[in-house]
Amino acid sequence: MKGLKIIVLAKQVPDTRNVGKDAMKADGTVNRAALPAIFNPEDLNALELALRVKDSVPGTTITILTMGPGRAAEIIREGLYRGADSGVLLTDRAFAGSDTLATSYALAQAIKEMGHFDLIVAGRQAIDGDTAQVGPQVAEKLNLPQVTYVEEVLSVEKASIVMRRRLDNGVETVKSPLPMLLTVNGSAPDCRSRNVKMLMKYKHARTITEKQEATEDYTHLYDSRPFLYIREMTVGDIKADADQLGLTGSPTKVKKIDNVVLQAKDAKKLTTADEGINDLMKELIESHVIG
Amino acid sequence: MNNIFVYCEVEEGVISEVSLELLTKGRSLANQLGCQLEAVVVGCGLKLVEKQVIPYGVDVVHIADDARLEPYTTLPHAAILNKLFAEEKPQIALMGATPIGRDLGPRVSSALHSGLTADCTSLEIGDHEDKKAGMVYKDLLYQIRPAFGGNIIATIINPDCRPQMATVREGVMKKEKINANYPGVVKNLEVAKYVTDLDFAVQIIERHTEKKKINIKGASIVVSGGYGVGSRENFKLLYDLAAVLGAEVGASRAAVDAGYAEHDRQIGQTGITVRPKLYIACGISGQVQHRAGMEESAQIISINSDPEAPINSIADYVITGDISEVIPKMIKYYKLNTK
Repeated sequence: MKGLKIIVLAKQVPDTRNVGKDAMKADGTVNRAALPAIFNPEDLNALELALRVKDSVPGTTITILTMGPGRAAEIIREGLYRGADSGVLLTDRAFAGSDTLATSYALAQAIKEMGHFDLIVAGRQAIDGDTAQVGPQVAEKLNLPQVTYVEEVLSVEKASIVMRRRLDNGVETVKSPLPMLLTVNGSAPDCRSRNVKMLMKYKHARTITEKQEATEDYTHLYDSRPFLYIREMTVGDIKADADQLGLTGSPTKVKKIDNVVLQAKDAKKLTTADEGINDLMKELIESHVIG
Repeated sequence: MNNIFVYCEVEEGVISEVSLELLTKGRSLANQLGCQLEAVVVGCGLKLVEKQVIPYGVDVVHIADDARLEPYTTLPHAAILNKLFAEEKPQIALMGATPIGRDLGPRVSSALHSGLTADCTSLEIGDHEDKKAGMVYKDLLYQIRPAFGGNIIATIINPDCRPQMATVREGVMKKEKINANYPGVVKNLEVAKYVTDLDFAVQIIERHTEKKKINIKGASIVVSGGYGVGSRENFKLLYDLAAVLGAEVGASRAAVDAGYAEHDRQIGQTGITVRPKLYIACGISGQVQHRAGMEESAQIISINSDPEAPINSIADYVITGDISEVIPKMIKYYKLNTK
């Protein structure tokens, strides 16, 4: 069987799981700079799933597609170190303020420019929004079947794929024709670590913007090693309807943001002293809350 | 036209809890807007299914009954909603933030180019003024949800696109029948007009489901642990306390991510929502996403070594100290003083 062309959708996200005390600015807005930018965790599960398909079907290639600012190229390199073959960074100010629908539209238009593919693999959701919308919306825009919450690909045939997906209360084995889009659940296997050979091979991989901004000159490398080229796409490279991009193309608008301010209740304050804890337990037993 | 639609999940003829909760919310929104509430039920073997939904104040029930429509697959359900919504032009469409709703909602919102807000914790009606465009929008759906790791609460609106779509987790809204004899009508959809053979491209080969073993939602006392519990071993203390009190054990997302507790126990915006008589929060800092899943508990005890933990501000009792010291004392007193 011929190798598959797989596109992995990935996002660089602020690590909202480890929000420190300096995560909010004095004016109450989120201080993104204080949060480390990471490879969205479930997108790493997605990459691993794609890598396993590549392991089992020789000739398979994996391209990571991400939309974001210039520094999002970091996660493409991270993917190359783990076994992906190439990456595309979709970046343009025109995409700023996109909601999930405008994001999906831009990604779908980019995918149409990327040529033939058999399979699109995405993480279930990103930790900065937790919406789980972009995968299914990209599938709809490309008119592909979708299967969500996948944990494992069981088999790949010439024109179909069989996979196991996680439900709230069990599992389901489903078969879909190719090409299709699947989203990967966090319960799927963790991504393998970086491969030292790949790290050496790709550590100078750069987008064109990064090359122009670089202080060290590796120009001589790029001519002899085309794989160090991370493709950058801007709005001009995708055939997009401007009305469907960015803030304009986003049906949902943020009306307001409230910072979380807790109104303190008049709590009874106790220490670990026996007396206070015993009084509390007594009160709860007497009021039949417990017992 | 321009009514509120609720997509009702159904399995083996039984409408899911979250759908009934959404119908209750949908009814109150419809009263506020002066429009009708309509339900959509897609599945098979749906004879008399309307009797389960109409008492919640449903004016019209659309039923698509066909053997191929259950168990759920994305494409045929999406095809039915896309066409039905194109015909009926709802102003609001709600569905559960369940594995089904979160698979179906984005597919439909993309096809209709309407906005969708996931995992709302509150839905309200309100106006919006766009000063730049000089436009005033009346009676929009405010879709309210925590965002950005729970550090902010965002109010999202869809000024221009319809339907305004939102998903809501089970347990977030209350469920209340309004009238056993509510005069709702049934409209049976001719399924063949809504789906094509291509919509059945994805086949279910095998399916294993099991009843949930953990029943945190129904527990009257919940002992819940966060990242501050420190380890999976320390979580045993929580199980000990829960066993003594007849409680269930819950966990925050941070504790689940750290591997201290199973995913089925996660309480919060992206987990289960609980309203027990007593919620004992152990080593939980209390991000808004966690609080969204428990703040309606009748009484809250927070045990935390950090006196400034945000959860303390919604607690009725705050015990500042280490759980390994506090919990054994609670167990000891309880055992000595009850039969």
